Amino acid sequence: MALLEIKNLTVSFDTSSGPFMAVKGIDLSIEPREVLAIVGESGSGKSVSMLAVMGLLPPSATVKADRMSFNGKDLLALDPAERRKIIGKDISMIFQEPIASLNPCFTVGYQIEEVLRVHMGMDKVQRRARAVELLTLVGIPEPTERLNSFPHQMSGGQCQRVMIAMAIACNPKLLIADEPTTALDVTIQKQILDLLMKLQAEHGMGLIMITHNMGVVAETADRVVVQYKGTKMEEADVLSLFENPKSNYTRALLAALPDNATGDRLPTVSDMLFEPAVSGAAS
Amino acid sequence: MTVVVEGKNIKRDYHVGGGMFRPARTVHAVKGVSFSVEKGKTLAIVGESGCGKSTLARIITLIDAPSAGELFIDGKKVDIAKDGLSKEMRRKVQIVFQNPYGSLNPRQKIGDILGEPLVINTDVPASERRDRAMAMLKKVGLGPEHYNRYPHMFSGGQRQRIAIARALMLNPSLLVLDEPVSALDLSVQAQVLNLLADLQDEFQLTYVFISHDLSVVRYIADDVMVMYFGEAVEYGSRDEVFANPQHSYTKTLFAATPRADVDSIKARLARKKAA
Repeated sequence: MALLEIKNLTVSFDTSSGPFMAVKGIDLSIEPREVLAIVGESGSGKSVSMLAVMGLLPPSATVKADRMSFNGKDLLALDPAERRKIIGKDISMIFQEPIASLNPCFTVGYQIEEVLRVHMGMDKVQRRARAVELLTLVGIPEPTERLNSFPHQMSGGQCQRVMIAMAIACNPKLLIADEPTTALDVTIQKQILDLLMKLQAEHGMGLIMITHNMGVVAETADRVVVQYKGTKMEEADVLSLFENPKSNYTRALLAALPDNATGDRLPTVSDMLFEPAVSGAAS
Repeated sequence: MTVVVEGKNIKRDYHVGGGMFRPARTVHAVKGVSFSVEKGKTLAIVGESGCGKSTLARIITLIDAPSAGELFIDGKKVDIAKDGLSKEMRRKVQIVFQNPYGSLNPRQKIGDILGEPLVINTDVPASERRDRAMAMLKKVGLGPEHYNRYPHMFSGGQRQRIAIARALMLNPSLLVLDEPVSALDLSVQAQVLNLLADLQDEFQLTYVFISHDLSVVRYIADDVMVMYFGEAVEYGSRDEVFANPQHSYTKTLFAATPRADVDSIKARLARKKAA
């Protein structure tokens, strides 16, 4: 059974110029222990569709789906209180800006322990012990001392590690990483990706990587979904996507990589893409 | 070939003032860096955050003065700490910043943004400023209809085009590009890189291109300098540096760059299966 299954998801936002469709009927599923990458440029609806799963969209958004089930439970039918029991425990998410996602007013220890208090009902001693264990797991040196640090006292890479520690605190079944390394240096990016892959393998989590970086996709994913303007362009396992991309849009994206440059000019997506609607049928 | 910009042993220290409980200290952001770039060429400066590459960019752009060392632009020694910055020098060097959302004034129309460098640094009359701004909009792939719009009406890639257009209004010989494409999507990044290449050919521009993305650097650079903790640990032609990196940090950097080719995906999947 699929861990997360989404059928025909649409998300529209009310704007002053009428409703805007950010996600236009997307099907998505992820198996346990699978790494799925969702690739697309800004405005492709990749983050919005995952925020819809988490229930984190603002009230101006309307989420509709034929089916949205996690582990057999229908997420859309749950009342908010029941849904909150799943979100943050069985499904958790890390975001692009590690420093902005942590609360600057509290120590990182407090923020990690908050998750454990709310979802696991642990007492003070257990929480502290688990927090130290988590920080060790994500590779922060001197974890006991670091629990008393505030986010501004840590580097971007370390903050992202703390975010990961919070996200895996309750041993989630599914971790959604929304551009987890975009704000980080290449060397730190490598460390964070290695850490995510290690944790994914050890804990047997499903992992959804949202990214626009084809290199990150190549280094992490089992299966890839390519999105463009709210529609799914292509879905394939990672090797066939890079070896033999089916849709024009994927081909254009791969050609625009400076790695693949031949000659003086980079082919741009608009050079290669005639009509996105045509290639959409390929998937 | 003529050398457009040359730095000799440039250093920059920042003095961090101490408080009641903390002694003052000095941060050596750039520790003696030398380089030279010929006309029409591109020097890429690579390094992680905090390595001093943006400090060096500010020195080359004549925003900050170096603490020690000499900077020559078009063969002339420039010392803004002593002589200040003349309008003539400002016309020679311009910069494009990383974040096109932050570097354009949201209350100015595009036409005014493009005219501003001319107002400050030249005596060009308003009608000619307008004509030049219109012409420059066309050069960077925008249209005259964009002249009266505000920055928020543009996408990230278009805003970066505007920032590039503004930098080119004074016909500079040297353009410093501080991570100009790292905030942009892949396809837009390709368009902006193509634009930069076209403009370099047309105006014989010299670029100092700051980036942490090695694939972009390999595409655009003639020479590459790798900085690490304020020092240039590697400096040479692009092919030399990429084919045979000497310093261990450069090797780490290459190893950390994600590879998007089929062979490395196959290798990774094989490793995963074995594990």
